[in-house]
Parts: sequence; C-alpha cells; structure tokens
Amino acid sequence: MEREVVLSVRDLNVKFRMRKKALHAIRGISLDLYQGESLAIVGESGSGKSVLSKNFIGLLDKNGYVESGTIQFGGKDITHLKEKEWEQIRGGQIAMIMQDPMTSLNPLKSIGWQICEALKYHRKIVGQAAQKKAVELLTDVGITEPETRLKQYPHEFSGGMRQRVAIAIAVACNPQVLICDEPTTALDVTIQAQILNLLKSLKDRYGLTLVFITHDLGVVANIADRIAVMYAGDIVEIGTCDEIFYDPKHPYTWALLSSLPQLGTKGEKLYSIQGTPPNLYLPIRGDAFAPRNPNALAIDYLHRPPYFQVSETHKAKTWLLDSRAPKIAPPEQIQSIRSICFLGGETDGRE
Amino acid sequence: MVENKEVLLSVKDLKVAFGAKKHSFEAVRGISFDIYKGETFGLVGESGSGKTTVGRAIIRLIPVSGGEIIFNGERISGKIPRALDKKVIRNIQMIFQDPMASLNERAKVDYIVKEGLLNTEKGLSAQEYENRVQKALMDVGLLPEFAGRFPHEFSGGQRQRIGIARALIMKPSFIIADEPISALDVSIRAQVLNLLSNLQKERGLTYLFIAHDLSVMRFISDRIAVIHKGRLVEMAETEKLFQHPLHPYTQALLSAIPLPNPEAEKQKKLKIYDPACQDYSTDPPVWAEAAEGHFILANQAELKKYREVLQHAR
Repeated sequence: MEREVVLSVRDLNVKFRMRKKALHAIRGISLDLYQGESLAIVGESGSGKSVLSKNFIGLLDKNGYVESGTIQFGGKDITHLKEKEWEQIRGGQIAMIMQDPMTSLNPLKSIGWQICEALKYHRKIVGQAAQKKAVELLTDVGITEPETRLKQYPHEFSGGMRQRVAIAIAVACNPQVLICDEPTTALDVTIQAQILNLLKSLKDRYGLTLVFITHDLGVVANIADRIAVMYAGDIVEIGTCDEIFYDPKHPYTWALLSSLPQLGTKGEKLYSIQGTPPNLYLPIRGDAFAPRNPNALAIDYLHRPPYFQVSETHKAKTWLLDSRAPKIAPPEQIQSIRSICFLGGETDGRE
Repeated sequence: MVENKEVLLSVKDLKVAFGAKKHSFEAVRGISFDIYKGETFGLVGESGSGKTTVGRAIIRLIPVSGGEIIFNGERISGKIPRALDKKVIRNIQMIFQDPMASLNERAKVDYIVKEGLLNTEKGLSAQEYENRVQKALMDVGLLPEFAGRFPHEFSGGQRQRIGIARALIMKPSFIIADEPISALDVSIRAQVLNLLSNLQKERGLTYLFIAHDLSVMRFISDRIAVIHKGRLVEMAETEKLFQHPLHPYTQALLSAIPLPNPEAEKQKKLKIYDPACQDYSTDPPVWAEAAEGHFILANQAELKKYREVLQHAR
C-alpha cells in the first residue's frame, strides 16, 4: 500500500536538563505518519507520549532539547526551527487540542474573537468573512445557535462544549495534522463518546491526519487506524488497531490491555502492573519493561531488543518474538477481547 | 449480593438546595435509597447531576434542605447532638477524587494520616499514634518510612493510597468514595480498585462509590443507582441493570462506555438521551419498583411497558 508520509521521525532522542542531570525522555524513536490516517499513541503518564508530540509543534519545554535525530515535515527538518519559522507551521499546518478545555481557552475573550484570531493569523480572513466562517465552524463541531454562541465567553459553556470550541479553533486553519493530547480525559463518559465521534467525522470531512494521545487503550478502539504503545520513551509496539487489540505481542501491551476494567470480572482481582516505570535519569540496560514483566527472560536484562516484524504493519520490541525464545502465551483475559460486546443487553439502541 | 439485608444507611426523600429564596437551585430533588451492610453501592451520573452533593450531604459537609438520612437507625441529617456528630465522623469517612488537591502540601504524611485520630482519640501516647499510622500505611501497601515525607514526593496512585489510609485509620464502617480513580492512569486504577475491594473483604466495609464511568462500576458495585439532574432514574443490581437497562438515560450511559474491541466498537450506536422523548405533562413520573429490586422513575404508561419488557426477558 503506497501512502504519502506526512511526518517522519527518525531516531529521535530528546533530553531534559534537570538540576545538572539529563533526563532521557525520548530514547530513539522512529515513526512515520501517513496522510489521512489516525495514529493513537498510548502509554502511562511519564512514558513520553506528550513530549514526543510537543516536538511536532515546537512546544518543548525550555529545558528540553533534541539531542539527535530528525523530524521531517513538509520537506524540511523541524527539530531546530526558530520561533519565527514555527509560527508558520504551528496552528496553520499542525494544530493541537489540549487536555483541559478550561485552561486552553482565553477566559477574557468571546469565543467568536478567539476563532477569528486564528483565521486572521493563518488565513488572512477578516471582518464579515471571518464571522461567517466562524459560524460555519461552530456548526461543524455541533454547536447549536452558532450566531448567539459566538458572542459568549468560555465560562458560559460546559466542559464538552468548550472542547468543541477548542476543536473548532484547531480546524479553523485547515491544518494537515491535528494532534489531540488526551482530549477527553477531563470529560464525562457520555461527552467523551460524543467528542470521539465528532473528531472522527471531522477527520473525514477535512481530510485531517490525526495523532491521538491517551493513557486509556479502551477509548482508541473506534478512532485509531494504527496504535503505537509507548513505554519509557520508546515505542515498544506499533500496529494496526486490530493487530494491537487481537494479536498483541509485547508484554507491556498485554499488561495494559489486561488492566482495563471492562475485562475484569466482579469479585476477582483486576490485573495490575507491578512496580514503577524506570528512572529515566539513569541509563537503561536491556528491555526497559523487564523489571515489571513477570515472565522476563534473562536476555531482557542485558540487551535492548530490536524491532521484530510481525506483519507488514505490525512490529514489536520484545525478545519473545525471537526464534530462540520460549513460547509464552498472552494472558487469558486478552484472548477474550473479541467477545466483549455492547453492555446493554438486548434492549439496547441498535434499532 | 449480600444475603442478610441489614440496612446501614437509609436516605429518604433527600433534597439539597444551594442559594437562598429567589436564587436557590435544587441540586438534589428528592431521592431515596437504602445501602445494606457490607455492599458496594454505586451512584452514577454525569457532571452536574448531583452525585457528589449526595455524598457530601451524607457526610454532613452540606446541610440538607429536605428529607432525612438515617445511619445505623439514627437520624444524622439536620441538627444532631454533638456526641452523635462525633460518632458520624468516626464511622463515615470519605475518599476524594483528586489526590493532588486533597492532601495538605505542607504537612508530612504522618500528620495527614494522623489528623483524624488527634481530634477523636485524644490522649494516646506518641508511640501509639505512630503505631496506628504505620499500620494504616502498611494496610494500603505503602512503606512505614513514607510517614516522614511530603505529599509531593509521591505519584498519583501513592497519593490516593495516602487518602485511603487517612480514611482507614478512623476504623470507619462506611466509606464514601467520590470518583477515587478518575484522576488516575489506567494501570494505577487497577491497583486502587483491587486495594478497595480487598479492604472491603477483610473488614466488611460498606462503600458508596460515586463515579461517572459505568465500566468501573460494573467491576466494583453490587447495586447501581443512576442519577440524572438531581433525581434517581433507575436502580437495580449491577448485572440486572446491565442486562436490562430500562430508562433511556441509563441506555445512553451504557452506550457511551468505550469498548476495547475494535469490531464491536465500530458497530456500536451511540444513544443520546433527550428528555423530550418522555411526555410527563399529564402523567408525572413516580419512583416505582418495576421488578423485584429494580426501581425506575416512570409514569404509569411507561411502567406498564417496562414491566412487560422485564417479564418478557425472564
């Protein structure tokens, strides 16, 4: 399948200077983002998923720096751009939706003003035309009575509505890539489902390429085409949505899937990952997940596993895929994933 | 399910209003339920539905404006004697949602956990206090030496454990857990959920578990009540509720649960609850029992329909 690569990360290493010590946040990631796909990046807090995406938009914290590696976007390397150059890309070509809609909007300006600001900067649309476009955008993100809503301020909106406004601002400039950093974590389950559906329909309408960052594997089943699982600053497994859910290979992916409450049975212990993520100040030897892996192999502590190709689209960094490794079957819970169905019984909403 | 049904807490027609007179807003509009000894009772609703207000009213953080709350046979709402107030504080404890915000940043873990004891069990020796704190910390899977540290030195999951230790040290019989895991990572959620259910088994605790996520509820609750705009709309045993959700709002909540199965998720149809689908202008809804233990807010016509559905399903 020949698909155009929009963004290409090669062997990226990112470090943070912290009190004279260096924290190795991204440890050699290579990743291709294809035109029109939606890629979910999943991992625990501290796994580096947000740091990785901040590199795409030039918002790395002041004490962070790219030590080596490149990110190709639009024919150039964007790892060492100046602030002036970033202003061309950020918002216009790569846009981002933050986790908390309460803090990402300006409380002092009406939302109409905030949408028009984006239009003015990136597309030079002003005055009546901008107003018209803003109304159109609000309708697109499912806000009723857009003309009245334009004049209102963020505090007059509910959390879900605010996130819709943030999405409207993000897509206002027709970006190529839209990064969603935990866009539904602060929201209720019902609103979360609506926002996910909205993102999906916008992706088709605007031809967006989505990068979806979350810690909850449960929410990405519907929205993601491909899933990258991150652990300790590295992508340990990447594959299509079906491959990750139905045929996961890395023990960490197994652990993440097994700990979902949807897979638990009442009265029994829910699977939980033991231990804590590794200290990224210290060099990591071997497989970073080995100390928390109940069936770690001896080699896991010595050598870092390379990618083993499972299929054309699926690869994982684990020695278990080596031909000499013992056969270890994934935990039972995740073999039953296929049987999880709608939880509402027969009287559900499928009519 | 709990066999011998001894009612521990009974909420009768509870009403809570904020503000005065013209500006008053009724957040809880007359809800009733019983919680039995040893069970986990789940209260589910969206933000703004009043679920947290119910929990806070029970623990006497917010005054009630109508109805009453009965705990262990004694009324604990409204004006009560001091001695009873102390008893309530000892017996009912709360675990809060955000472990980042609910711990005093300037106090050491030792003091945070001990504070309740200092107020209710005066005159213990320093050694006894220390022993109790260390035991509480070990009960929740933390090391005793953590007592000398400050909250910022801990991760989110560990902080939530400190919050649980603080509740446990009072030896309560009833714990209100207000969204104890929604601020935590998925992998840590499992640890905290396991801890809560272990503690329940060991000590026969009763939980009121407040959350917006039904998938977690299914794992931990014996019975679930669904709250919408300050009124309960449906209450049943967990599996019954999942098998036969009757109220359209419950169905909408269930349809919103994300499924970790791409195939099922792609076929799933999201339901959105529209209150206009019910016509209550002539026939107002009442809180009635549609089948044994399965309560629902419905008018007479709907109730008839629901009873048929349940009969048919059996």
